[in-house]
Amino acid sequence: MPESLTRAVRWDTVVGALLVVVLLLSFTTVDGFGNALNLSFLIGNTLPIALIALPMTLLVVSGEIDLSVASTAGLSGAVMGALWNQGMAIETIIPICLVIGVVCGLVNGLLVTRLGLPSLAVTIGTLAAYRGIAQIVLGSDAVTDFPTQYLDFAAGRIGDTFVPYALLPFLVLLAIAVVALHATPFGRSLFAIGASEEAARFAGIRVKRQKLVLFVLTGLMASLTGVFWALHYASARYDNATGLELSVVAAVLLGGIDFDGGKGTLGGAIAGVFLLGALQNVMSLQDVSAQSQIVVTGVLLVLSVLGPRVARQIAVARAGRRSAAAPPVSKAPTPTS
Amino acid sequence: MTHPSDTGPAPVLALKGISKSFGAVRALRDVSLELFPGEVHALAGENGAGKSTLIKTLAGVHRPDTGQVLLDGAPVVFHGPGDARDAGIAVIYQEPTLFPDLSIAENIFMGRQPRKALGRIDHRATHDATAALMQRLGVDLDPDRPARGLSIADQQIVEIAKALSFDARVLIMDEPTAALTGSEVARLFGVVRTLREQGAAVLFISHRLEEIFEICQRVTTLRDGAWISSEPLDGMTEDDLVRRMVGRDLEELYPKQDVTPGEVALSVRRLTREGVFTDVSFDVRRGEIVGLAGLVGAGRTEVARAVFGVDRWDAGEVEVDGRRLTNGAPSTAMAAGLALVPEDRRAQGLVMDMSIERNIGLTGLRTTVKAGLMDRGAERSRSLDWAVKLQVKYARIADTVNTLSGGNQQKVVLAKWLATGPKVLIVDEPTRGIDVGTKAEVHRLLSQLAADGVAVLMISSDLPEILGMADRVLVMHEGRLAAEIPRTDATEETVMAAATGRAAA
Ligand SMILES: Nc1ncnc2c1ncn2[C@@H]1O[C@H](COP(=O)(O)OP(=O)(O)OP(=O)(O)O)[C@@H](O)[C@H]1O
Ligand SMILES: [Mg+2]
Repeated sequence: MPESLTRAVRWDTVVGALLVVVLLLSFTTVDGFGNALNLSFLIGNTLPIALIALPMTLLVVSGEIDLSVASTAGLSGAVMGALWNQGMAIETIIPICLVIGVVCGLVNGLLVTRLGLPSLAVTIGTLAAYRGIAQIVLGSDAVTDFPTQYLDFAAGRIGDTFVPYALLPFLVLLAIAVVALHATPFGRSLFAIGASEEAARFAGIRVKRQKLVLFVLTGLMASLTGVFWALHYASARYDNATGLELSVVAAVLLGGIDFDGGKGTLGGAIAGVFLLGALQNVMSLQDVSAQSQIVVTGVLLVLSVLGPRVARQIAVARAGRRSAAAPPVSKAPTPTS
Repeated sequence: MTHPSDTGPAPVLALKGISKSFGAVRALRDVSLELFPGEVHALAGENGAGKSTLIKTLAGVHRPDTGQVLLDGAPVVFHGPGDARDAGIAVIYQEPTLFPDLSIAENIFMGRQPRKALGRIDHRATHDATAALMQRLGVDLDPDRPARGLSIADQQIVEIAKALSFDARVLIMDEPTAALTGSEVARLFGVVRTLREQGAAVLFISHRLEEIFEICQRVTTLRDGAWISSEPLDGMTEDDLVRRMVGRDLEELYPKQDVTPGEVALSVRRLTREGVFTDVSFDVRRGEIVGLAGLVGAGRTEVARAVFGVDRWDAGEVEVDGRRLTNGAPSTAMAAGLALVPEDRRAQGLVMDMSIERNIGLTGLRTTVKAGLMDRGAERSRSLDWAVKLQVKYARIADTVNTLSGGNQQKVVLAKWLATGPKVLIVDEPTRGIDVGTKAEVHRLLSQLAADGVAVLMISSDLPEILGMADRVLVMHEGRLAAEIPRTDATEETVMAAATGRAAA
């Protein structure tokens, strides 16, 4: 009930601290973790999750979700491969892929805002549909022969440092997203929508339009991620990025974005993303199978929904003890404030 | 009339030396109260005085920091509302607590539906029992319709039916009449009187003093969490009671200034929303306060919602300052200078999980902006400004609004809209749940706004408020405008006659 007290235990701070702990532990105990090459792999492999997590955070804050993102990424990669096979220039292909992402997002957004369908259901449907279209477009081909300067950019790193080239544009996008969510009227309205859609509408906020914009942005970022994925792994296949939505949602919720909307910070979400990325990297170094990694991701997803709630309850319980321990009240009248 | 305290029966429920703090806020300090069978006991005090907290302590929602709850003279500890209910204490909270997706019947018999063989829920019996309760309350609500979309008044009725269904020995009602009109209040009071005659004890909270005098025998007054007095109402005047509550004499409750109306600011023409209201036309001029009266369900709130744009209309048009408004677009209505203080502050007026500052700030997302970014300094000073102007009682401006008392929440809603500097202000039950002192304050504010050239449309179920504040009274009956009565002719009789469809106006 005393919501203000939950700030005493901020979940995003907890996740940030957890990330630091995991990194320190990995540096000291996991062989091969700390070298620059591995770190650049860690970051490069986490970037797809991170890229989609940006709009996903905004979406979940506003009380919606998009589970079709990985399929949109796959579709965008498939279209890229198919058009490349036909000899189109990569500079023409990439914008086309982005437009396809926008259309995918628009379809989700229109179904949710115009027909009033729940986004969970809508995007489970389009998750299947977009992936199906990807398969129709590219079949079981794998396209690998993209121009080397693009492949180098998507997979390479700056000199011998741990910094992949692709991290730099991501940081720019991150900065834009942080400002958009936490410092603009648009971001403010998303928190209001997520916490109480009706009250937001009564405050003159254009709820449907804001949501539509978010779905479109999510589609756009998902297709950008699809392009990045195909170049980063030098392979465009219809099943690229399968299951990525699970990692994105797990990371965002792990970062303290409330599944019910209205709460969370982008900082927390990105800490969640890299926490998940670091764990996946460590598991790969320890030869944990891909299947087991998915199990771990699933468990994290459940924990991340529970975690903030438990933290809140601890805060409430503490507050209760504090008020119970308050000094006895005197009978003397006190002046009104 | 004899008072239970004179005749000497034991109190059925008593509080002794109760204190309760929330962090630094001392909501109750050493409060005692005795409730006798067969009495209706009023609990009076300003917004934030601690009335709701007292009730929640009685009902086991809050644990007191110190002090005891006595049931039939024996100390009890309620670990939650369920315990209190099992002890025969039914509570109607200030905020209705219905499950929107369940039917009215399911809400009332939640978790204790009549069963058939094999433990199956007996829907027929549940339905019939609910229908019987509705009949006892004299209302016409379909037991099978979902709670979602019920007006506040109807939600309140369902809560009351739920309380009645327990055959409670103690009935506690936190501002049950705040959302009701005269006839509905009369109906509720009929039920309360019957319960009292059957020996139940009733604790009743209301900011409408005339109701306290009508239905209650004794009154306990709180001020800033402290007990001030418990005494019979016989021989007391309203002024006496107000003085106990606020610690001073009260200014004029209806400080209506005379204003010569200016240009038409809001013009509504033949507005129709099928099945809800039909062919509604009226003007509100700058400087005017126009009252919109009618029974609950007459369509007043629905007209206001459509004018502001949260609902679409099917036919007609709305102009603000000569500018046609877009159908179903609150943002353009706002941009044209329209503001709506909605009737349901918890669902519509406020984002309960957000701070006071940001709630007021929500209407400033277009104005407290610098280079596309939120101007936090401007937002804070705008919010602080209005919170202070309306004397909102809070600990910190960054506290969430759900820590505020009901009346103070209402003030935040007012602040949020007055901060937009509207040309046309529609207020739907602006003083619902607001104490007398603040009510006078809000009236003064509305009057001042009108004097400054704002056109005010005031929907209220509080007839004295309409009569005291309005230059003109529009009366709705079953979705149509039934009458327009100038201030000089507006009386309780003329307005009620039109509202009930008896007028030939
Ligand atoms: N959960 C809470 N956390 C923090 N403060 C609270 C909480 N509940 C109540 N308060 C504070 O306790 C005081 C008493 O509030 P309460 O709701 O009992 O007032 P009230 O007399 O019912 O007022 P109203 O007439 O406006 O309903 C207020 O200052 C309020 O802000
Ligand atoms: Mg209260």
